[in-house]
Amino acid sequence: MPIFDLKDANAGYNGRAVLSNVSLRIEKGERVALVGRSGAGKSTLLALLYSQRRRGSALIPQDPGLVRTLSVFHNIFMGRLHMNGAWYNLLNLARPMRGEIEKIEPIVARLGLEDEMFTPAGELSGGQRQRTAVGRALYQQGDVVLGDEPVSAVDGHQARLVLDAIAEAHETVVLAMHDVELALAYTDRIVGLNGGRVVMDEPSAGLTRGDLDSLYER
Amino acid sequence: MRRSQRVSTSFGFLGVGLFCLVFADLSVSTLDPWQEMARMARGLVTPDFLAVDRLGEALLQTLAFALVGVALAVVAGFGLALVFHVRVVRWGCAFVRAIHELFWALLFLQMLGLTALTGILAIALPYAGIFAKVYSEILEEAGPRAANTLPAGSGTVSAFFFARLPDAFVHLKSYTFYRVECGLRSSAVLGFVGLPTLGFYLESAFKQGHYSEVSALLFLFYVIIATLRLWMRPRLVPVYLLIAPFVLAGGAEISLDNIARFFTHDIVPYPLRSAEVLDISAWTAFGTWTWELLADQALPGIVATLVLTQIALVGSGVLTLVFFPLVSRRFLGPVGRTAGHAFLVVVRSTPEYILAYVLLQFWGPSMLPAIVALSLHNGAIIGHLVGRFSDELALRPDHPRGLNLYAYEVVPRVYGQFLAFLFYRWEVILRETAILGILGIQTLGFYVDSAISEIRLDRAMFLIVITALLNIAVDGLSRAIRARLRLATTPEIQ
Repeated sequence: MPIFDLKDANAGYNGRAVLSNVSLRIEKGERVALVGRSGAGKSTLLALLYSQRRRGSALIPQDPGLVRTLSVFHNIFMGRLHMNGAWYNLLNLARPMRGEIEKIEPIVARLGLEDEMFTPAGELSGGQRQRTAVGRALYQQGDVVLGDEPVSAVDGHQARLVLDAIAEAHETVVLAMHDVELALAYTDRIVGLNGGRVVMDEPSAGLTRGDLDSLYER
Repeated sequence: MRRSQRVSTSFGFLGVGLFCLVFADLSVSTLDPWQEMARMARGLVTPDFLAVDRLGEALLQTLAFALVGVALAVVAGFGLALVFHVRVVRWGCAFVRAIHELFWALLFLQMLGLTALTGILAIALPYAGIFAKVYSEILEEAGPRAANTLPAGSGTVSAFFFARLPDAFVHLKSYTFYRVECGLRSSAVLGFVGLPTLGFYLESAFKQGHYSEVSALLFLFYVIIATLRLWMRPRLVPVYLLIAPFVLAGGAEISLDNIARFFTHDIVPYPLRSAEVLDISAWTAFGTWTWELLADQALPGIVATLVLTQIALVGSGVLTLVFFPLVSRRFLGPVGRTAGHAFLVVVRSTPEYILAYVLLQFWGPSMLPAIVALSLHNGAIIGHLVGRFSDELALRPDHPRGLNLYAYEVVPRVYGQFLAFLFYRWEVILRETAILGILGIQTLGFYVDSAISEIRLDRAMFLIVITALLNIAVDGLSRAIRARLRLATTPEIQ
């Protein structure tokens, strides 16, 4: 039973087709990178996958979707709103609970945000925001993670730490990435998009940077 | 030459405004307006703060009515904002806010008598309708992004408190704060229909020619509004709200019989009052009654209201373009800007009703005082907003100066925002125009007020409903124009 199974899927905005006849099967446990130029349809494909299977999927959108006035702690805690009752959530909103802080501390530390745990998300730098959004997905512990350029604003070394954390926390991983080397290093399958079509679908092993160059040609 | 839609729309409205001037009565009917103005000016520079007991009472009552009324409206409006997607709620709110608080006060006076509840409800009801709409828009604007990333099954309550409310909260707070200021103006004006707020004392001081007391009242009112930020602290609000109800004065007792009679008798159209449902002759009489009311009062009232509104809209626009450089960093230094701010604060803090009332004492009842009052007040409000907007503009370092800067760099850049604000105020100007009829200008308010003083509440109610419908129509038109010109539908007020 595949996790995702698209057959000849089409999608578009305002009558303009963004994806045409996309067929994609993703099995449990796969680590897939979606690569391609900007505008190739990566974000739309991710949104389509997410709409197919919301339950159990953690989402890291390109716009990190943080609540700017809430702290890093609360933004990460939001990954598990569905696991608690409303009253518990409201109490924790008014005053962070010891137990929740203890659970979130290791995630924050791993992402290098330990000094910012109670900083409002609106005051963070772009990279810190992105890591907070990753933290929310990590805390949610969905069996699938769908990430749209989750490390685009994070520098090289830290990007690897963040991708390690994502790979450990989620069984099935689908990431849109523009950094070809990171994509080759952290996933085992590359799906190349161009002009809204899947033009490449191969195992990462054996592929080189040069093989992907064609995706970026017009 | 192809003109942009915004420019041609502007010229269209300018043309309509000028055309309306032809039909407007702009006469000055007082014998010697200058002498009266000179006496008023003398009073202005010699404020009499010694009438302390009257002054204190006037301000205390004004504050109490505003705070209690707005507080009730905040609670009701927030509740309604959560269910604002329900069509009945949306329509209900549009209807209650289309009727000016003075009209509500006139109606509640008939129903509840001269009681504190009359003043509170007159503010709370229309404000609740406004809060419901604006709160729901603010919550909407907080955007679905954060909510979309929530794991499935997060629950409505948790999702609201985590993903919607926090980012919207600061906007909700600042809008509510802005409305408190409006509430103070509304409360002051309620005095003109007999409630014991500022307007009541102002009118009696005016009638007796005590201009020094007039200026003292106005001066203290400006101080209260100018210092609003200092005393209106979130922590102090509960204290104020605990004290306010004990301050509120109300003369009469509320009579349930009165309320019942109001609904079952007073506002029922006269020909139908004692008729059977199937009485054909009563329905015929009702038809005649409706027709005559429409032809003799509603129609002339609507025409006068629209004529005045269109002129005042253009006047507000022109004055905005004159006023905004006075508070803009682009045009004036700190000293000049401070003076500009002081001027605009005074003009926009004076309720247009009071401004019109004062001008009417000088010039007599024609459209002139109303046009000047509405244009000044709204020009000052929008000028302040556009001025602040112009401060944010990024200009190239070698930009031109003076008039060239104004005409080539700044006005073209702020024009969209300017139009958005102006069209946003259109409906407000219309509502205000209707109410100025109470002062004797023959807009819809004139006919409502006459009907009430003749104790023909059925007619008053009919005309108020007509006014509300006119308001809703103009609001819809304004929305359509803003959408067509792609102007922000709800410019940030404040």
